[in-house]
Amino acid sequence: MINLAYRDIANGFGRYMLTSLGLGLLIGVTLTMAGVYRGMVDDARALINGSATDIWVVQRHTLGPYAESSTLHDDAWRGIVGLPGVAETGNVAYLTMQVKHREKDVRVMIAGFESGKPGEPMRLVAGRPVTRSHYEAVADVKTGFQVGDRVRIRRHEYTVVGLTSRMVSSGGDPMLFITLKDAQEVQFLKDNDAIVGDRERLAANPQFNRPGVPGLLSAVEADRFSNHNVNAILVRVASGTDARLVADTILRWKHLQAYTRTDMEQILVAKLIATSAKQIGLFLVILTVVSTAIVALTVYTMTMSKIKEIAVLKLIGAKNRVIVAMILQQALGLGVIGFVIGKTVATFWAPIFPKYVLLEMSDAGRAFVITMVICTLASILAIRAALKVSPATAIGGG
Amino acid sequence: MADHAKKPAIKLEGLVKRYGSGSSAVEALKGVDMEVYPGEVVGLLGPSGSGKTTLLQCLGAVIDPTAGRITLGGDVTFDDEWKISDLRELRRDRIGFIFQAPYLIPFLDATENVSLLPMLAGKPNSEATARAMDLLKVLDVAHRAGARISELSGGEAQRVAIARALANNPPIILADEPTAPLDSQRSLTVMRMLNELAAQYRTAIIVVTHDDNIIPTFKRLYRIREGKAHEEAGEGRPFS
Ligand SMILES: Nc1ncnc2c1ncn2[C@@H]1O[C@H](COP(=O)(O)OP(=O)(O)OP(=O)(O)O)[C@@H](O)[C@H]1O
Ligand SMILES: [Mg+2]
Repeated sequence: MINLAYRDIANGFGRYMLTSLGLGLLIGVTLTMAGVYRGMVDDARALINGSATDIWVVQRHTLGPYAESSTLHDDAWRGIVGLPGVAETGNVAYLTMQVKHREKDVRVMIAGFESGKPGEPMRLVAGRPVTRSHYEAVADVKTGFQVGDRVRIRRHEYTVVGLTSRMVSSGGDPMLFITLKDAQEVQFLKDNDAIVGDRERLAANPQFNRPGVPGLLSAVEADRFSNHNVNAILVRVASGTDARLVADTILRWKHLQAYTRTDMEQILVAKLIATSAKQIGLFLVILTVVSTAIVALTVYTMTMSKIKEIAVLKLIGAKNRVIVAMILQQALGLGVIGFVIGKTVATFWAPIFPKYVLLEMSDAGRAFVITMVICTLASILAIRAALKVSPATAIGGG
Repeated sequence: MADHAKKPAIKLEGLVKRYGSGSSAVEALKGVDMEVYPGEVVGLLGPSGSGKTTLLQCLGAVIDPTAGRITLGGDVTFDDEWKISDLRELRRDRIGFIFQAPYLIPFLDATENVSLLPMLAGKPNSEATARAMDLLKVLDVAHRAGARISELSGGEAQRVAIARALANNPPIILADEPTAPLDSQRSLTVMRMLNELAAQYRTAIIVVTHDDNIIPTFKRLYRIREGKAHEEAGEGRPFS
């Protein structure tokens, strides 16, 4: 049997391929949107798993440190390290800000960590860990920084000594790791002018600047212009210990919030990413509807443009099944070609996106099935029109 | 006159066809009786608008008659309200159509337009293609076998259409002015072919025509007047 679907397509090949290309780009966008969501989830997981941490201890009643701000005193760890099952704790401070790199502003999330403690960047892809206590940094490769680069953070120049990967905040900003001391300073010290202004105001206040009490002004200055706060305490439990139990103990006795790895994933994925996920989900629905409309319109137009030939086919005795097969094959052909194009372009352009785009095989599989279903549904209209046409229309009758 | 001892291939009894309804209704056929026997080539004449095409379409199960009875090869295919269920199989296997225009499928080439019919009837591709090539040779268009339909001349297209009508070796061929786009020489060739076909395969053939060139070749013909068919004897001029 001659493949009527193919012969008809071959006759108007350019138009068919152009439509397939259009559909393919739509499918590519759809796959990418799904990839953006997967990337966000994966970034969150990488963030959680990249710090050798079992429990995040944060300010009570907050979802910190990534989803909400949280502030703890930097000696709170003392109460935790002694609890049974706790192997190690590490103070961390996070802040998102612009840093200057080669005269350009780069937005990063600065992470202050204590050397050798949980919170230190683990997977270095280049360079070495931070070894000095000041002005050295390890950057995520997404910052675009190179080992040896100088980066200006507020008043100080930092040297990038190492690079890590897949350490990106939930907002998509690449992370820049510096020592906790540096981070605390960055976090709480303001710019030069502001500090000078504050100092002058303080010195002008007769309550603090008393000639009779010489130490008072410097004591107040020390308190005002230094910082003993952190955003979270990262806890690593001893092997064989249930992190849940330790977290419950901290929650009960220390008046602090404690999240296990599962809790943290829950917070990042279900709470922080939830709105984006809904946004993306809605986009996917719209793209699906648009794709369906395009396929339906194309298949319908293709069918109507050869409705006379379909009538001739009926006239010479072709069964409905022959005609339905022709239309369906053309519709599914659009889907298959479109999917191949879509998958290809998505694979090519995914790395160009500023945020991580994770194209999962299972998503592609699902998209393929949905595409085939869409194409089938979209051809119903055309098939109905084709089956309704009377063979007499072929010869000008009705 | 026809050999009335045998069973007719086509038998029409009181065939009525009314287009539309109410005051605007047109009664194209008002009770046509007609018999065509196997191996016969019968002419169907009549002025324009007399209902010739309508009659062929009713016969070929393309449109439904309003009343009357059609019997093809001994099987009743239409009887007043009733009609056989598989009209497409009937058209595919038992009736070859040659229309006023070729109505070929533009996205298939000449050979495929012909071989499609045996294929639709379930014949293997090679057999169908061989059959198509044979017919194109007989109709003198074999040199255009692989041509696109849009590149054929009117006469070539019509001959491909004739080949298609013959492709499944149907017991009945209905031809609506088949020679209109052909020159007088080719018209006679086609008529001779139809006559040979009728003789060889016992095919019953009805040819609608206005063509004075071929009217003398019929041994028997029907003339449609006022919605009824009137039988006449023809010259039966032999092909030289
Ligand atoms: N689909 C239709 N709807 C309404 N009236 C029709 C239709 N087809 C044909 N008729 C009418 O039926 C009558 C017979 O038409 P038909 O086409 O059978 O004539 P014909 O003998 O084939 O004419 P011609 O020699 O011009 O081809 C005409 O009056 C025509 O207007
Ligand atoms: Mg006519």
